[in-house]
Amino acid sequence: MATTALTPATTYRSGLYEWVTTTDHKKIGILYVINSFVFFFIGGILALGVRTQLAVPDNKLIAPDLYNQLFTMHASLMLFLFVIPMLAGFGNYAVPLMIGAPDMAFPRVNALSFWMLPLGGIIMLAGFLVPGGTAAAGWTSYAPLTERAYSGTGTDLWLMAVLLIGTSSILGGVNFLVTIFKMRAPGMTMFRMPIMAWTVLVTSVLSVLATPVLASALIMLFIDRNYGGSFFNTALGGNAVLWQNVFWFYSHPAVYIMILPAMGIVSEVLPVFSRKPLFGYKAFVFATAAIGALGFSVWAHHMFTTGSVYLPFFSFMTFLIAVPTGVKMFNWLATLFRGQLMFSTPLLFALGFLSMFLIGGINGAFSAAVPVDFALHDTYWVVAHLHYVLFGGSVFGVMAGVYYWFPKMSGRMLDETLGKIQFVLMFIGFNMTFFPMHVLGLDGMPRRIAMYAAASGWGQLNLLATVGSLVIAASMLPFLWNVFISLRSGKIAGDDPWEGNTLEWATSSPPPPYNFDHLPPIRSERPVFDARHARHGETGGHA
Amino acid sequence: VSASTAVVTAHEEPLATGHVTGGISNPILGMILFICSEVMFFAGLFAAYFNVRNTSPVWPPAASPTSVPVITPELAERFNLHAEPWFGLVLTIILVISSFTCQLGVWAIRRGDRKGLVRAIGLTLVLGIAFLLGQAYDYSQLGFGLADSQFGSTFYTLTGFHGAHVFGGAIMLSVVLYRAMSGQFTAQHHDAVEATSLYWHFVDVVWVCLFSILYIIPTK
Repeated sequence: MATTALTPATTYRSGLYEWVTTTDHKKIGILYVINSFVFFFIGGILALGVRTQLAVPDNKLIAPDLYNQLFTMHASLMLFLFVIPMLAGFGNYAVPLMIGAPDMAFPRVNALSFWMLPLGGIIMLAGFLVPGGTAAAGWTSYAPLTERAYSGTGTDLWLMAVLLIGTSSILGGVNFLVTIFKMRAPGMTMFRMPIMAWTVLVTSVLSVLATPVLASALIMLFIDRNYGGSFFNTALGGNAVLWQNVFWFYSHPAVYIMILPAMGIVSEVLPVFSRKPLFGYKAFVFATAAIGALGFSVWAHHMFTTGSVYLPFFSFMTFLIAVPTGVKMFNWLATLFRGQLMFSTPLLFALGFLSMFLIGGINGAFSAAVPVDFALHDTYWVVAHLHYVLFGGSVFGVMAGVYYWFPKMSGRMLDETLGKIQFVLMFIGFNMTFFPMHVLGLDGMPRRIAMYAAASGWGQLNLLATVGSLVIAASMLPFLWNVFISLRSGKIAGDDPWEGNTLEWATSSPPPPYNFDHLPPIRSERPVFDARHARHGETGGHA
Repeated sequence: VSASTAVVTAHEEPLATGHVTGGISNPILGMILFICSEVMFFAGLFAAYFNVRNTSPVWPPAASPTSVPVITPELAERFNLHAEPWFGLVLTIILVISSFTCQLGVWAIRRGDRKGLVRAIGLTLVLGIAFLLGQAYDYSQLGFGLADSQFGSTFYTLTGFHGAHVFGGAIMLSVVLYRAMSGQFTAQHHDAVEATSLYWHFVDVVWVCLFSILYIIPTK
């Protein structure tokens, strides 16, 4: 190989300097993942605070204003600094490898996108240090609660932080799109791209088109608060519902930003661990695009009870989204059907995703019916629904991705036993926490309340949910221990420990900075499968 | 990046750097996508403008001694931009002309005419700065501020963010001008010129829309 001779002369750089200044998409991807986990743990601790307060009726442990800060920051960190960047991190790591590119299209912009995130996180959390505390109006920051009269400096910090994070999303989206459109290896046509690349593509379109609308909303609110503007201040001639419209115009598509790449991860894991090609590749691609497109026409289903949106349209479009989602569910199940299932940890988490996301999808469809929504709006039913899609869906998908790609990222395998312990604890803890919330919601328990009376009868189920949240927290211990010992002494992974299908398994683990010395011929969406079986003298595996 | 190119040249088979050949270049595609996101940013602000306008019984808001803050008859008079659109029209003409000069620069460098590029981009930059100075002067003469009712909020937010984009475009033009003067562009390699020009046209189009809704479409 001529490779060694061509390695440029290296000057010594410390490891830290290398990581801080890197423009390598793999290192940036890993930075995204680590950064997201840090905020996941902070957000998780805040959630434990929320659950502790709600464990028993009439609890006076946490004062209501602090409680408001806890749930607001929990949601803000989890959505803006964990789920979205975590999935962007996997996209960063995997997509250039999967399409056979040497890096992202704009490596320095990529580094900029990443470094805005920790900065945004610090600004957001700095709210705990200012008088009045952090933002406390919920992650949706509805006016007039967020107007100057009702909230302090923490809300300004929140606005600035989300603006930074949003800018990061937009730049990341542009970068992904150019990478996917322009940097594919010879033979890697659009319809041979891994589903993960497709989901990142659609997600990027959503980021590029929806996030700037959020930016405009944040700026208008900032002007209202600091320069005497009157966009959302009804007393000054503005319109409070306007905030909800511009906010949800971003934040509903953002729901798909938070789930599509997780669907992509699951769509990579299921075929590999069932030893079958993905069932209905093209249907899956079109379903992904359809979800992205329909995602722009359903934002007002968060606003049914405002009385200022056209209910039949938004209700119908919301039901319509269930169709492409159902297509995907069918494809996943058909991929598993009669496969030679290999119950490694990535598959367990992917199955967790399928089952929990199914519940989250179904209870979401309930709320799409206008009369049902009027009864359930702002109750714990909604909290149950969103956690079934975002935790049961996205977090299980993320965990599947961690176990699937850790060997590629680090060169070592994660321990299977610890992984299975983590999965069982997380699955049980998750359902203990969030399933009772369906019942609490139907009983009429409103979300975002700091205290409830014993006479309400909500005490037992809330206690169960709190115990469940501790089980979820406990499930993180085997995970952290697993990462720690596996990095030190895990089994050496080799190039392709799972017998994968996609191009990242055609290079070394971890890959060299330029990704590939040699690419196999790309003649289907499973080039590594094809190459492996061509080598073994079997017939090609074209699906 | 240098490592990967080096590896490719050393191998006979097509390797990992295989980009899709031909078509639009990466920086220009990146700029087009970025402009798409900017379109959506202004769409958010424009939507807010129309929503606030629709909420108000008359537009521009009428004098009202009871509202908070009070809209005096003089202030309501000032809101009537339709009565005096001439300065805004001059600004519009300046910016539209600058779009043409910018495009002349692009056409010049496509022919390999570096002097033509420098002249055209220089002129575009001068016009852009003239627009910004004109807008600053206009602000000083309007007689109402950002906190003066929903009219002030929407007017200054829309025109202010547009002005900020013109400022950003002027910085990009300055960089292009500097690079053009040091002879960095050729007929084959001038992505920065093309991308900057696209951005400048976008900023121009936003202003034409702004001028139309603030000065031309009927009051209600």
